[in-house]
Amino acid sequence: MARHWIGLLTGAVFALGATAHSAKAAELTIFWAQWDPADYLQELVNEYTKETGTKVTVQTTPWGDFQTKTFAELNAHGDAYDLVVGDSQWLGAASTGGHYVDLTDFVKKNNVLKLMAPATVKYYSEYPGNSGKYWSIPLEGDANGWAYRKDWFEDPTEMANFKAKYGYDLGVPKDYKQLMDIAEFFTRADQNRYGVALYTQTAYDGMAMGVEQTIFTWGGDLGDYGANKVSGILNSDKNIAALEAYRKLYTYTPPNWTQAFFVENNEAFTKGLVAMVMNYFAFFPALANKATNPYADATGYFANPAGPNGDQHAALGGQGISVISYSKNKEEAFKFLEWFIKDDTQKKWAELGGYTCSAAVLSSDEFLKATPYNKAFSDSMQIVKDFWAVPVFADMLFAMNDRLHPYITTGEGSAKEALDALTADWNKSLGNK
Amino acid sequence: MAVLARLDTSSPAAGRGWSDLTIRNVFIIPTIAFLIIFNIFPLLYSLGYSFTEYRVSLGKPPQFIGLANYRDLLSDPGIWSSFTTTAAYVIVSVGGQMIVGFGLALLLNRQFRLKGLVTTLLLLPMMLSPAVVGLFWKLLYDPSWGPVNYALGIGKFEWLSHPVNALFAVALTDIWMWAPFVMLLSLAGLSAVPKHLYEAAAIDRASGLYTFTRITLPLVAPILLIALIFRTMEAFKSFDLPFVMSTASVQTVSIRLYQMAFQGWDTGRASALAYIVLIAVIAITNVYVKYLNKVKER
Repeated sequence: MARHWIGLLTGAVFALGATAHSAKAAELTIFWAQWDPADYLQELVNEYTKETGTKVTVQTTPWGDFQTKTFAELNAHGDAYDLVVGDSQWLGAASTGGHYVDLTDFVKKNNVLKLMAPATVKYYSEYPGNSGKYWSIPLEGDANGWAYRKDWFEDPTEMANFKAKYGYDLGVPKDYKQLMDIAEFFTRADQNRYGVALYTQTAYDGMAMGVEQTIFTWGGDLGDYGANKVSGILNSDKNIAALEAYRKLYTYTPPNWTQAFFVENNEAFTKGLVAMVMNYFAFFPALANKATNPYADATGYFANPAGPNGDQHAALGGQGISVISYSKNKEEAFKFLEWFIKDDTQKKWAELGGYTCSAAVLSSDEFLKATPYNKAFSDSMQIVKDFWAVPVFADMLFAMNDRLHPYITTGEGSAKEALDALTADWNKSLGNK
Repeated sequence: MAVLARLDTSSPAAGRGWSDLTIRNVFIIPTIAFLIIFNIFPLLYSLGYSFTEYRVSLGKPPQFIGLANYRDLLSDPGIWSSFTTTAAYVIVSVGGQMIVGFGLALLLNRQFRLKGLVTTLLLLPMMLSPAVVGLFWKLLYDPSWGPVNYALGIGKFEWLSHPVNALFAVALTDIWMWAPFVMLLSLAGLSAVPKHLYEAAAIDRASGLYTFTRITLPLVAPILLIALIFRTMEAFKSFDLPFVMSTASVQTVSIRLYQMAFQGWDTGRASALAYIVLIAVIAITNVYVKYLNKVKER
């Protein structure tokens, strides 16, 4: 009798083990930050599961912990995740550290360079810059854009007063001079109204994204990414002028606007505090939703305007999806990527709410008309530019926060002093003498 | 019945017995092993890293660079700014805890109805998780719907956005959370003061202030200093409250260390900063302990 039970138990254990083993082989885990696009991705990958039987789970963690948790797992060479939807700034550290699988062959074989918008492949996937080596597939496109109060802009009294003061019609700003004029015009502290809400947060890359966008738009740059050079570029006259412009724009923000990022900026808009708000397009669905924005019907959107010399750029947001070197399911991960880049999948991704990088979908009429901000988004994805993606990007980011934040929020020192100091910091981080 | 004159060493009972030395070792060795594996070894290992250029995310081996990390850190204005912020935080937070904690102890050092219940309720804050405390105080401070602004009638005052305001806001939360700890220690000290000293002072018609400054304070001072030492060490290393409530505004040295180690993954430099903080805490504690010994001798 005892032998009978032992035999049954042993058989059950083996059966369970075999089942578990075979179930594990048909599973993929994607790691991403906790936000709406991750939920949309889970909905999308459920389609893959229906088609192939491979279970795909999108595991998430809050944005504040995302980088820490990801790199803790990568540094430990853990296999908890098969793919990660990582920030573009991680490309340098993750590829140099051997954490990401080289996708160059995959990109070339599957024509990804033609399937996706060129700027997205350049910034989400390629490292080093212009090297022709690719480490991810663009998944969630995003860029920094603007939302504005159409009702304020179209109010006849406001329009008449604006024309009288500035000599041209009030409308969507075509350049930064107009943006500044409009911000100044709508700043009325006695009425609790302000011109703009800007990114100023220094917990991670908030302020840096706002500032870099302005620098790029002034025709400036954060350095020569290929040559690792910053002297003379980061502290150029164009960059100094751009930083001064951002400081001036800051004076048109609500009081104590010293640590604002996407949540605070959207809040400023939904509370009726500001005429215009800077934010990533990923956060504009909340502004288009009447349940979360009482002014949804009166909200318009535009891409970052041009600078004084005609340059026009938007700070890149969004992420690419990479295969982790320590994954035990790399073959399955590649099959998933092949499915993900198909036009049908990209269309479905856009329908669910994901920000596709597919060139075909981005330029389709259907996509452009799907939401009030998609046109501005599509325009922005053609002009995106990014921060450094080197292994020491975090040091450079924190140095930028330390050096520029006091000048922007309190006017301490001058733009030149701030950028000269930052140039010295970045030279040190990059190992330049 | 015959009684055994001595233990039969071949009996099973003799084999089951442990000597005092064995019992001592069985209890101490696991603890020592735990301390070595999780305290001593990491301490020495990270000391080694502090003399190297090493980023764990890059997968390259550490490169010995001597004292370069320490030199860089001690000449970095950003690091000194963090130390200044930390010092300000320690002074405000610990000062507040001592005043509030000791004040509460003085009030509780008498018999009244429901004294037990009141004391327990006052101790509740320090039993909560710091992360939970940070999160709900963040809600309390919210400028739009937080009850703090509403109760004080200060409109949409931003507590956590501006560095100076945020420092006071986080310190206030720390005071709310840890003043009960000081209260507990002070109560223990106050209850140990001999009653006959107060009786003698009352007979001699000593004023309340005289009694407090000549009897209460000197006798409770050693306990207060112990509370001060503990709270200063903790406040200096404070991470959870500033991190949860306002990472970017209250850049204490612990938060900078966290950013360096777990966001920048600059393991070498972070290890060096951790040792600088350790040395600073040891130095401050030594000063306190010396003063404590002097007070005890009096």
